Amino acid sequence: MNDMTDGYMTADGRKIGGVVMELKNITLKFGGVTAISDISFDIREGEIRAIIGPNGAGKSSMLNVISGFYIPTEGEVWYRGARRPQMRPYKVAQMGIARTFQNIALFDGMSVLDNIMTGRLTKMKKGLFAQAGWWFTGAAKEEDEHRAKVEKIIDFLEIQNIRKTPVGRLPYGLKKRVELARALAAEPSILLLDEPMAGMNVEEKEDMCRFILDVNDEFGTTTVLIEHDMGVVMDLSDRVVVMDYGRKIGDGPPDEVRNNQDVIDAYLGVAHD
Amino acid sequence: MADAIAAGKDLQSIPALLARNVQRFGGLPAYREKEFGIWQSWTWAEANEEIRAMAMGFLSVGVERGDHIAIIGRNRPRHYWAMVAAQMCGAVPVPLYQDAVAEEMAYVLEHCGARFVVCGDQEQVDKVVEIEDRIQSIQHVLYTDRRGMRKYDHSRMNALEDIQAEGRAGHYRFEAEIEARIAELDYDSTCVMLYTSGTTGKPKGVVLSNRNIIETAKNSAEFDHLAQGEEVLAYLPMAWVGDFIFSVGQAMWSGFTVNCPESAATMMTDLREIGPTYFFAPPRVFEGQLTQVMIRMEDAGDLKHGLFKYFMDFAKTKGETYGMPKLRTKRSKPTLRRRVRWAYRFMMGIGFAIETLVENAIRLALVKLRHPIHTREHFKARGPLLNIYPQPLRDYFTYRTGEVLVYGPLKNTLGLSRIRVAYTAGEAIGPEIFDFYRSLGINLKQLYGQTEASVFITQQPDGEVRSDTVGVPSPGVELKIGDNGEVYYRSPGTFVEYYNNPDSTASTKDPEGWVATGDAGFFEEGSGHLRIIDRAKDVGKLADGRLFAPKYVENKLKFYPNILEAVVFGANKDRCTAFINIDLNAVGNWAERNNIAYASYQELAGHPRVYDMIRKHVEEVNESVAQDPMLSGCQIHRFLILHKELDADDGEMTRTRKVRRNIVAEKFADLIEALYDGRDSIYTETEVTYEDGRKGSIKATLSIADARVFGETTKTPEAAE
Repeated sequence: MNDMTDGYMTADGRKIGGVVMELKNITLKFGGVTAISDISFDIREGEIRAIIGPNGAGKSSMLNVISGFYIPTEGEVWYRGARRPQMRPYKVAQMGIARTFQNIALFDGMSVLDNIMTGRLTKMKKGLFAQAGWWFTGAAKEEDEHRAKVEKIIDFLEIQNIRKTPVGRLPYGLKKRVELARALAAEPSILLLDEPMAGMNVEEKEDMCRFILDVNDEFGTTTVLIEHDMGVVMDLSDRVVVMDYGRKIGDGPPDEVRNNQDVIDAYLGVAHD
Repeated sequence: MADAIAAGKDLQSIPALLARNVQRFGGLPAYREKEFGIWQSWTWAEANEEIRAMAMGFLSVGVERGDHIAIIGRNRPRHYWAMVAAQMCGAVPVPLYQDAVAEEMAYVLEHCGARFVVCGDQEQVDKVVEIEDRIQSIQHVLYTDRRGMRKYDHSRMNALEDIQAEGRAGHYRFEAEIEARIAELDYDSTCVMLYTSGTTGKPKGVVLSNRNIIETAKNSAEFDHLAQGEEVLAYLPMAWVGDFIFSVGQAMWSGFTVNCPESAATMMTDLREIGPTYFFAPPRVFEGQLTQVMIRMEDAGDLKHGLFKYFMDFAKTKGETYGMPKLRTKRSKPTLRRRVRWAYRFMMGIGFAIETLVENAIRLALVKLRHPIHTREHFKARGPLLNIYPQPLRDYFTYRTGEVLVYGPLKNTLGLSRIRVAYTAGEAIGPEIFDFYRSLGINLKQLYGQTEASVFITQQPDGEVRSDTVGVPSPGVELKIGDNGEVYYRSPGTFVEYYNNPDSTASTKDPEGWVATGDAGFFEEGSGHLRIIDRAKDVGKLADGRLFAPKYVENKLKFYPNILEAVVFGANKDRCTAFINIDLNAVGNWAERNNIAYASYQELAGHPRVYDMIRKHVEEVNESVAQDPMLSGCQIHRFLILHKELDADDGEMTRTRKVRRNIVAEKFADLIEALYDGRDSIYTETEVTYEDGRKGSIKATLSIADARVFGETTKTPEAAE
């Protein structure tokens, strides 16, 4: 997985690079419960990688392993050609991995702008005392630079009209978009989306799909997403991993996965006769 | 040169006006746009440089004299510049409605034979690409916003900025050519071509010359004393003649600043931030704002609610007298004197409020001494204790207090604090709405105009403003009323021709230059103001020969906040019926307050209690229509509430949101039939078009309600059934 050379072009003209992250034989156990058992797959630069599976298949656990929040019981995570040692989640964030959450985890009382600014935290260099100095220590200037980046994202996601609105007052679909904005503010190289479209109506879903594709297209961000809506997954993603009961039962392009008998069985059930 | 410019000679084109503005106001702001959360601004000199670069860029891609350059996008300085740059090249700018679907766009692009298309963003480019292979004339597509454009085939496509860079690079090559082409422009060369919204049939391309635009801009700017210091917010569709006159014509003539909002959704916030001094809006914007205010006042506490009610009631009668700002004829500047005056007034307002409170407290104490038991009654029974002021002075003080407590903050919230002149046009405005804004001290006026006249036909002079007339003829405009009651006009703003359509030109404009407006109206005796009744061709007869003026009744209905749109039928029928569109904002809020649950627009529209409420409105309208013996036949006997909003995407309305009566009648023929055959409900399926052009359908069972009519002896609804 060290080679970054075997890239290819997709049908719609996006450039997919070499492997950026590889998960090798990941097993995750909580006491006696095995959430993930012996799963390996890789993520390529610039692709949209979907993880799907029925409820309780271990998708979110997998995402937490990628984001460094869970430490796998067995197995290794290789990131950019080197084995990632066990590290604190904020260190992982600094390495360029950002995520959104299944249930929205924004600060309700803060404005949209402030929420997105928190996404820049890992990039801010001025410490507490420098912040107190404000104009004299250059903290104000730093803030301006971050604000400029955030404004670009606000413009990109078309949320100018709610810039100053407290997040608590927004409808669900917009909150999800704000969460995406916050993740983008960290300028991630890998973006993890945990069910970005759960509970949305058709219109909101279409908007969100558009934005995920645009983000991938414009910034070349590698995206890993968990999603239940099969239509969305099949349309969006370049490659799909299918999980069931902590095992990997399929891996490949959407069309291949769609026709995989194991996947069909897992989703539709098997007749017991 | 400078003298000639000062004398107004040689100012025969927009580029010439631009050159004058650079000379006169070079360092003052010409354009502003909010982007990335900040107002970015360009001075006249900077704008000039950008426009010239763009014009030279156009030359580099081969723009020829007489070419048509279509411009599709939201209000942005770059799009305004593209129009002026096109004129510099001797080409004709053709702004298009950005929310038009590809099909509508194809017709216009084909009709004008546009060789170049300037698109705002990817969405517009997609539409053009979709129809490009059908329209042979399109050679090059330019776009403003780079987002999402990377993967497109760029062999015949460029970013506008890149074109500008090319123009700058080719400076030496193009300079002489541009100068030559600008020098060729005169009063008779085409300034712009605008397509009519097409209330009936296909849109027509109205050719407006520099004479039309500049003369009109000059006359109207002088009429309202517009000067360099004005601020306007450009938010109306660029394809609409009004926006062209205000944001290009008058802005170039007077040299004032054009502000472009960040996006359509932030328009209200941007309005507040800019605080325009000159404002134009169709009635629906004012209606929408008023509805918002009323809904939010419902949520306010008792004290605020009480204050609001007291002072608004007071303003209704006295606002016009005490509230209207003195007419400034010179450029508005926050001079020291003005600031002192403002502070003095503010203090007077607060002072009077305190004075009133103290006075009442003293009086209450005195009354309590004499009548310890029924204090309240006695307190209320007597007038003010110190009746030392005459009534007018008292009113003046009260208004000042209201200004501090209610009117000022309210105007600030609406973004209308600095308004000097505001216009409304396009549709009739409800008298309550009109009076509400005027009583706040906002100089809201009406004007009457159309594309063919470069907007201005009549307008209301300061001090003669009323809600039921459209004012006196604008400077330079002659008016006459035809035999059938139709209004004709002749003015320097009268259009040159309909593009490639001599038949229509001939039938609209006679050899002497008189143009038929298509509206029926009359001059009011005494004041000489024009009053418009209805579209001349909509005015018809009922089956028994009584007059039928649908617009007249529809307007009365639409003045209710709960009713968004109404369409009245009855020509050649024995009685009138109506379709009603509810306003989801107002009715939704009402439903919330009355514990009415609903899941969709359709469900709310069909709710029996909504029907009851609308019926009340209809009956009130019937009562007021019955007052007029000439129009009493227009009372509405039966109505239904439509299950969908009338929408421009479905062709039911024009892009300027005027109802296309015949299309509605055709599309909902089954519903109209049901209105007349006495059924009380009908099942219907309606095809709808989504914004991206896909089709869907809505199924609904609509109930039909009867309304009481007044003073009709010949026929009652019961007898008709």
